[in-house]
Amino acid sequence: MATPALPSNDLQTVRRDVASRKVRDQLFVLVGLLALFACLLSLLVLFSKLVMDGSDRFTWEFVSSFPSRRATQAGILAAWVGSSLVMLVTACTAVPVGVMAAIYLEEYAPKNWFTGIIEINVTNLAGVPSIVYGLLALGLFVYKFDLGQSIVTAGLTLALLILPVVIVATRESLRSVPRAIREAAYGLGATRWEVTKDHVLPYSTGGILTGMILGLSRAIGETAPLITIGALAFIAFLPTPPLTEVAPYVSFAWLTDPFTVMPIQMFNWVSRPDPAFQANAAAAGAILLGMTLLMNAVAIYIRYRFRKSINW
Amino acid sequence: MNEPKRPMPVGPAMSVGMFASLRYRKARDRVVEAVLLACGMVAVFITVAIVAILVSESAEFFEHVTLKEFLTDPLWTPLFADAHYGIMPLVAGTLTTTFVALAVAIPFGTTIAIYLSEFAPHKVRETLKPILELLGAVPTVVYGYFALLVVTPLLQKLLPELPGFNMLGAGIVMGLMIVPFVASVSEDAMRSVPVYMREGSYAMGATRLQTALRVVVPGAFSGIAAAYILGISRAVGETMVVSIAAGMQPNLTFDPTQPAATITAYIVQVSLGDLPHGSIGYQTIFAAGLVLMIITLLFNVAGFFLTRKFREAY
Repeated sequence: MATPALPSNDLQTVRRDVASRKVRDQLFVLVGLLALFACLLSLLVLFSKLVMDGSDRFTWEFVSSFPSRRATQAGILAAWVGSSLVMLVTACTAVPVGVMAAIYLEEYAPKNWFTGIIEINVTNLAGVPSIVYGLLALGLFVYKFDLGQSIVTAGLTLALLILPVVIVATRESLRSVPRAIREAAYGLGATRWEVTKDHVLPYSTGGILTGMILGLSRAIGETAPLITIGALAFIAFLPTPPLTEVAPYVSFAWLTDPFTVMPIQMFNWVSRPDPAFQANAAAAGAILLGMTLLMNAVAIYIRYRFRKSINW
Repeated sequence: MNEPKRPMPVGPAMSVGMFASLRYRKARDRVVEAVLLACGMVAVFITVAIVAILVSESAEFFEHVTLKEFLTDPLWTPLFADAHYGIMPLVAGTLTTTFVALAVAIPFGTTIAIYLSEFAPHKVRETLKPILELLGAVPTVVYGYFALLVVTPLLQKLLPELPGFNMLGAGIVMGLMIVPFVASVSEDAMRSVPVYMREGSYAMGATRLQTALRVVVPGAFSGIAAAYILGISRAVGETMVVSIAAGMQPNLTFDPTQPAATITAYIVQVSLGDLPHGSIGYQTIFAAGLVLMIITLLFNVAGFFLTRKFREAY
C-alpha cells in the first residue's frame, strides 16, 4: 500500500461515521413511511368520519326523497339522478372528442408549429382552475348559446373540464403500442385509418377506458364550475324521463331541465349551521366519496388487467 | 366489368376492383383525418373561448373601474352600497391559503417522493402509489367538509382563539390534497435520473440517503421545481375547500388564523346569489377570474418550461 495505514483511532472515527450515516438512512426510511401513512391515514379518518357522522341517514328514504327544509326528511333523489344524467352528457361528448383528438395528435399530426400549438393548449387546459371553466360556461353556454342553467350546460361544462384528462390518457395508451404492429399493417397495404382502427385502437382500449373512468370520476365530484353556471340546490322534482310511452319512445326534453348534483347538494347542506343538515352532508359525502373511490378502483383494475393480458 | 359472386377476381378485373376500393379508402382516410383534426382543434377553441369571454366581460368592468383603483384600493365590496373594487384583499387571501397549503404539501410530498423513488421496495411502491393517488381523487367538496368539521375543531384545541372559519384549516387540508400530486410528479422526475449516476455515488461509498439528497435530488431539480410550481397553481385555483372553510369575507390580511375570501371563493359567493346578467356585480366575477387565470397561467408556463428542461437533461 502506498498510503500508510490509518491509526486505529482514525479507523474508529470512520467506522463511527459510517455507522451514524447508516442510522440516518434507517431514520429516513422511518420518516418516509410516517409521511406516507400520515397521508393515507387522513384518507381513512376522512372516510370513517363521514360514515360515522352520516350513519343515521343511510336509509332508503334518504336515497329516495327530495331535499326538504326539515333535515330528517331531506334526501338526495334529485341529486343522484341529476349527477347520473350530467355524467351521461359528459361521457357522450368528452370521450369521442377526446379520443379522436388524441388519435390525431398521436397518429396523424405532422411535427410542426401547428401541432405544437395544439399540444401546448392541451397541457395548458389541464392546469386551468375548474372555476374558470365555470365562467366560460356561464358566458358562452348560458348566455351566448342560451342553453340556460340546464343539464346539457352542466354536462358540456364538465366535458370541457375532463377533455385534457381523456386526451392525455388516450395518447399514453396509443404510444405504448409498438411501432412494429403499425408497420406490419402498413406493409399489408392498410391505410392509416385502417391501421389505427383495426390494430392500434383495439390494443389501447384498456388505457382509453381507464382515462375515461378517471375523467368521469373527476367530473362527478366537481362543484365549483356548476355553482358558477347557477345550478340550484333545492330541486324538488325530477327531470323529464328520457323514455316515454308514446312513439318515438325516447325524449330529450331532460337535457334542458334544471338540475342539481351530489356535490352541490352536499355543499348546500355543509354551509348550514344546523348539525342535522351536516349529518345529511356527511351521508351525501360518504356516498359521493364511495362512488369516486369505486370508479378509481375500477380504473386501476382495468389498467392492471390489460397490462397483464398484453404481452408484446 | 366485375361479375358478382365470382370467388376470386383475377387479372384485369382484380386491378379495377382494387383501384376503386383504394380510391374509396384513401378518400375515407382524408375525411377521417379532417374529423380528427377538428377534434384536436377543440382544445385550441376552448382556450380562445376562455380568453375571449374573460377579456370581453372584464373590459366592460374596466369601463367602470380604473386599473389603478382595481390594484390599489384596499377594500373589495362590490355588492355593497358603498362599492369598492380593490382586488388586493382577494389576492391576499389566495396567497395566504396557498402558502399554508405549500407549507404542508412540499415537505410531505418531497419526503414521500424520495422514499418511494429511492428507498421503497418495488412491491411497496407499486401498491402504495395508486392508493396515494386516490387521495387526489377525493371530491374537493368532501375535503371542505373535512376542513370545516374535523381539522378546524382540532386546531381550536391548540389555538382556542381560532374562529370557526379560518384560512389555516382550509390551507392545511388543501395542502394534504396536493401532496399526492407533488409526490407523484417529483417521483417521476427522480426516477428519470439515470441509474449510473446513483451507482457512481454508491461506488464512492455514499449511503442511500446521501445519494438521494446529493445526487438524485439535484439531478431532478427542475422536475421537482415543476412539481412545486404546478402544486402552487392548483392551490391558487382551488375553490370548494376555501369557500366552505375559510369564510367568505374579503379581508386584507396575511394572518392565516383569520377568516378571509380568496378569488375563487368570491366567484362562488356571487354565483350563489342571483345577479342579473350584465350588471357590474356580474362583471366582477369575470375580472376576478381573469386575475386568477393570469396568476395560474404564469405558474403553469414556468412549470411547463421546467419539465421540458428536465426531460432534455438526460
